[in-house]
Amino acid sequence: MNDNGNKGTDNTILTVSHLNTYYREKTGRFSSASVRRQVLKDVSFDIKQGEIVGLVGESGCGKSTLAKTILGIVKDYEGTVEHGSAGAQMVFQDPYGSLNPAKTVGWILEEPLRIQGKLTDPERDERVARMINLVGLDESYLKRKPNELSGGQRQRICIALALMLRPRLIIADEPVSALDVTVQDQILKLLLKLNRELGIAILFISHDLKVVYSVCSRVMVMKDGHIVEQGSDEEVYKSPKHPYTKQLLSSVLGD
Amino acid sequence: MLDVIDLNIEFHDHITPETVVYDFDLHLDEGEIVGIVGESGSGKSMSALAIAGLLSRKKMKKRGQILFDGVDLLTCSRDTLRKYQGNDICMVFQEPMTSLNPVKRIGWQVGESLRLHTELSEDEIRNKVIKMLEDVELQDPESIYDKYPHELSGGMRQRVMIAAALICNPKVLIADEPTTALDVTVQAQIIKLLKKINKKTGTAILFISHDLSVVRKLCSRVLVMYKGRVVETGEVNEVFDFPKEEYTKRLIAAIPRMEKLEYE
Amino acid sequence: MKVRFKENRRLYIGLIITGLMLILAITGKFFTPYDPNAMDSANKLAGISAKHIMGCDNFGRDIFSRILAGLDTTMVVAVGTVLIGVTFGTVIGALTGYYGGRPDEIMMRFNDAVLAFPSLLLALVIISIMGSGKMNVTIALGILFIPGYARIVRGEFLKCRNLDYVQSARLMGASYLRIMFVHILPNTIPVLLSTVAIGFNNAVLAEAGMSFLGIGVQPPDSSLGRMLSESQSYLFLRPGYALCTGSVIALLIFGFAMLNEGLEKHA
Repeated sequence: MNDNGNKGTDNTILTVSHLNTYYREKTGRFSSASVRRQVLKDVSFDIKQGEIVGLVGESGCGKSTLAKTILGIVKDYEGTVEHGSAGAQMVFQDPYGSLNPAKTVGWILEEPLRIQGKLTDPERDERVARMINLVGLDESYLKRKPNELSGGQRQRICIALALMLRPRLIIADEPVSALDVTVQDQILKLLLKLNRELGIAILFISHDLKVVYSVCSRVMVMKDGHIVEQGSDEEVYKSPKHPYTKQLLSSVLGD
Repeated sequence: MLDVIDLNIEFHDHITPETVVYDFDLHLDEGEIVGIVGESGSGKSMSALAIAGLLSRKKMKKRGQILFDGVDLLTCSRDTLRKYQGNDICMVFQEPMTSLNPVKRIGWQVGESLRLHTELSEDEIRNKVIKMLEDVELQDPESIYDKYPHELSGGMRQRVMIAAALICNPKVLIADEPTTALDVTVQAQIIKLLKKINKKTGTAILFISHDLSVVRKLCSRVLVMYKGRVVETGEVNEVFDFPKEEYTKRLIAAIPRMEKLEYE
Repeated sequence: MKVRFKENRRLYIGLIITGLMLILAITGKFFTPYDPNAMDSANKLAGISAKHIMGCDNFGRDIFSRILAGLDTTMVVAVGTVLIGVTFGTVIGALTGYYGGRPDEIMMRFNDAVLAFPSLLLALVIISIMGSGKMNVTIALGILFIPGYARIVRGEFLKCRNLDYVQSARLMGASYLRIMFVHILPNTIPVLLSTVAIGFNNAVLAEAGMSFLGIGVQPPDSSLGRMLSESQSYLFLRPGYALCTGSVIALLIFGFAMLNEGLEKHA
């Protein structure tokens, strides 16, 4: 599987054009009146097959809202979001809320296949076993429940879950922020491995600039719902143009 | 000023007791800034909570001594402990969203320790609170005094927490992951603020974090904890540049750097 | 699942007492020392003796036998009530908790309306429409219990609705029904279980209350509440009658409450 997308002229799997996303927010503490706020402003970018693109910004700038809009969770928007034929899946931020505590790991991983309904029982079992090995865990984990796993193990399961339906794009929202430092490395390496071996594109959302640099080839910087700068990793990190980017970089690197 | 000797903490609410902190020793002089680093489960927060006197006396068995100016906080009476808490020993927590009472105004919350530990009038308390809000570099302290926590940003709330902790001029400020939940730019500002306060008031700081780069910027000494034990301790630059223990080396190696991750 | 007695006394006490009650009730269905409805004027209000271990009531009927039969009735009504309440309450709570919006508001107002009525009054109304008898008492009480369960289940669904694993299930294409009943519902079971236990106790008390007032189970069927009511008139003549009946009710409820607390602690 080549990861350069030499499959034809158009290997773009996601195109976002002039996206404005809105969100209803309650005004008073007790009244049910609400105000429609604009969270994303004129966002445009694309992602090509096999790329790892980073999205950095501080909390509240709209990164998660962008993810939700692309996936169709948030529906109040103007502009266009075009997926290729294959879908997108998400790896959530909090490994402690993203797995159903009442079910076993095996059940959780099989569920998307059950819903899809295309495979037979043994085919499903086989795919689940393959997937759990792919993320570095053995099949004994299938019988366990999420609360028996560590943060790093849970995140591996979340990644496996996102891959079950073979999406072309994974949106990872702060995938390592809640993990211990020594474990972050392993998960990042896992994401890199999956990207290289399966050709899956990743939209890597994080507030941590160093982590984004370590795995992404292209980077977008977001502030207050705008993408203020985007370019290759070297361009954005070594020769930033926008003052906000420079400010972010200086607080991380210098002192 | 503060000496922790041989602290052992055991959990007793399950069938088998579980030791979470083993043989923990700490010495803190006036005006020092000492860091405790470790990952989740290392026992760093437990040790901090023990020093602050916030651990339950029933469900947890503690051995050893926590000597504050000669008084053992583990065995003294509750009344004595309460005298020290909020007054000489104060704590700042990680989550500024849940550590502030959402239904009370900022001014009231910051002034609460003064109300409990001093005999000052409401007016005097108000003045002190506003001065304190200024000292933590909050803009327009007068209007912040009347606001509620949900009207402030995370960084502002953390400053409020620090103000509330410092208002009684404590000898020790224990900060448990105070910057972890904050954005990168705000983190840098809070660290600068803590440094400034330490210089100005001489308050010793016990800084707990999993983030080594932050600890390096702020602390003069550091304790590295792993699975309940202190595995290495010393001057911060020495520990970082010449780590002796395996775990310390691993921890330092794992610090996110601005470099590309290799795929093997 | 092995827990020693010392760690969870309540669980053991609860299990023992409830178990005992169950055995008595089941036994009562097939065998009682005397026919619960057989009157024997020679033994009117007889005291405790070797022949009648709890004495006889004012018609000469053996109290112990009547208690066994009454236990059976009480338990059947209580279990039936809770079943109706939980089943319908869960469905209503799940739907309103998950969807929210207009239907939720409307349904909750219905809920509140039912809850606002004094329960016994509402039961009286339903009974007067449907007629009394074991089955109707169960249905009436069951209806009364639905809003309570609906509210609890709704609360749990509201909590879980926005969690990441639910979002994840939606992204996988799970239908709403599947998410509600296969994904979320199992997470609400711990909370539900403990309310079931309390519900059982409330049902026992409610049925006893209704029978005490005469609108519950009708003679000659015995029910613990009815017996307690009848024993009132003979309180000073034969206090044993009231004491025995009352103690059995109290013990039944106590046992179940202990079981409930024991299970909660264990979980």
